[in-house]
Amino acid sequence: MEKLILRRVGSGGDEMLLNFGPQHPSTHGVINFLVETDGEVMKKAVPDVGYLHRSIEKIGEGTGYPGFMPYTDRIDYVAAMFANEGYALAVEKLLKLEAPPRAQYLRAASGELCRIASHLVSVGTMATDIGATTPLVHALRERERINDLIEELCGARLTYNYHRIGGVAFDAPTGWREKVLAYLDHFDGGDTPARSFITEFDRLITYNEIYMKRLGSVAVIPREKAIGYGLVGPNLRGSGVDWDVRRDVPYGAYRDFKYDVPVGKGMAGTVGDAFDRYYVRILEMRESARIVRQALEKLPEGEYMAKVPRRIKPEAGEALARVESARGEMAYYVVSDGTDKAYRVRARTGSFLAMGIIEDLSPGMMIADLVALVASLDVVAPEIDR
Amino acid sequence: MTPTEIHEKLKARFGEAVGPLSEPKIDPFAVVKGEAVVEVARFLRDEPGLELDFCEDLTAVDWPKRGVIEVVYHLFSYRHRHGVVLKVEADRAAPKVPSVEGVWKAANWMEREVYDLFGVEFPGHPDLRRVLLPDDWEGHPLRKDYVEAGGWHGIGNVRESPLVELRRLDEVAMAAAAKNRPPPPPPPAPAAPAPAAPAAPKA
Repeated sequence: MEKLILRRVGSGGDEMLLNFGPQHPSTHGVINFLVETDGEVMKKAVPDVGYLHRSIEKIGEGTGYPGFMPYTDRIDYVAAMFANEGYALAVEKLLKLEAPPRAQYLRAASGELCRIASHLVSVGTMATDIGATTPLVHALRERERINDLIEELCGARLTYNYHRIGGVAFDAPTGWREKVLAYLDHFDGGDTPARSFITEFDRLITYNEIYMKRLGSVAVIPREKAIGYGLVGPNLRGSGVDWDVRRDVPYGAYRDFKYDVPVGKGMAGTVGDAFDRYYVRILEMRESARIVRQALEKLPEGEYMAKVPRRIKPEAGEALARVESARGEMAYYVVSDGTDKAYRVRARTGSFLAMGIIEDLSPGMMIADLVALVASLDVVAPEIDR
Repeated sequence: MTPTEIHEKLKARFGEAVGPLSEPKIDPFAVVKGEAVVEVARFLRDEPGLELDFCEDLTAVDWPKRGVIEVVYHLFSYRHRHGVVLKVEADRAAPKVPSVEGVWKAANWMEREVYDLFGVEFPGHPDLRRVLLPDDWEGHPLRKDYVEAGGWHGIGNVRESPLVELRRLDEVAMAAAAKNRPPPPPPPAPAAPAPAAPAAPKA
């Protein structure tokens, strides 16, 4: 059978068709791009996704409400806390209950740690894709230490399964708070920012002249286009849209914290270029560290699980809950028909929408810049395919 | 603006094509007639004061008992920070809903996903083909009456328990070992009577 994707490319000229992926190291997972190219310049790049489709939404209709939580980890395994949190919030909205304050603070602290870990992978792999090998090793070293901290909290390093409907699974262990604060001092320096990891990382790669020139004004996404294509999170803010779900539609404990929302300013060229999307992530890591500090300093005493009935049976209805994931706004739409299994679970992820813009941006770009574009969009294959 | 106010504006502009707002359980929604959805979408995006520029989610829910597939639009405005939920009910036998790709580009991939997993056609979509599943996949998995085909091009999606295969391998190995084992040695001849103990030396 003819592959329908082939109709999108090939105008009958002398252009070469190139399969970029699905097993290419810079596609960030199993994604294929069918590239129509004339030398180094692309006429078009058409993404072909679905290699990691596990029909998680269908699984959600079969498991009970609590039983779906571990599957949400697999939607985005680089930042699983947010996938957990979004689903928990959606079902809580259906049940009209709220997690107790301590749980909300633990959610915020663990989530922001997870955001730092996820952004470290993002900026590290981005540098590698561009050709700088060293920063990834530094970033992954720091991520391992965050994984250690999260492992102490919930027993897992990658697929956390930490959130529960109505709270979190475990309280913070004794001494965890001090360990996290000590780590944050190492990460962003606390009172001596000059000696911190993140400053070192900036010196290593962010302000590297080659790196800035390589990314500046590459793959520019103007503001209107970013909104139209539904880009979210750092990709949207990189294009200069001042929007953050945590600040603008606050949920959980986020109304209690003070932090800034970094926005792309065209530091290395044009607003909305690949460098802006990169630099927004660097700045966000600093802000996340601030939030974790506040969450741990104000951590209220009390229960970490609300009183939830043994059998979770929300009355018939539907709810949409959104969280600011590391890859931007993640929306869960849960429909209940009054039984103990969800009638429909839908996870709208940032990576899926980010893939939609690539075909539009690709004409006239260099093949090497496609790598920069994909890396700067920070797509994660399981989140696209679900 | 609250969803109620947005709905009133819609009602004033489109009348019968926009149904009543559902009783506000959690997230209220309004059902829109399929043929009007593109006009409604354009109005919502362009009307000053509404400017719902972000198509936050576009998905579907299958209701076999009512014979419809609901296509659900979650819309949001970055400028005014308000949103609304719209639904279009499509006939389950041949679901067709006009595409809003021309209004929100984000709908392109999400409509492809709904087409892929629910089989809803979107006339006017520029590139309507499956996005997650292979082109020649049969059926639409998120429909409630979907039956698994049992594989694709000889790639199975079920397999027997690995224990069954391990047990079979065990049996093969045991049989081979039994075959290769040297025949048991003949039973030893009855031992000769022990020689009499030497007489104790005389003192």
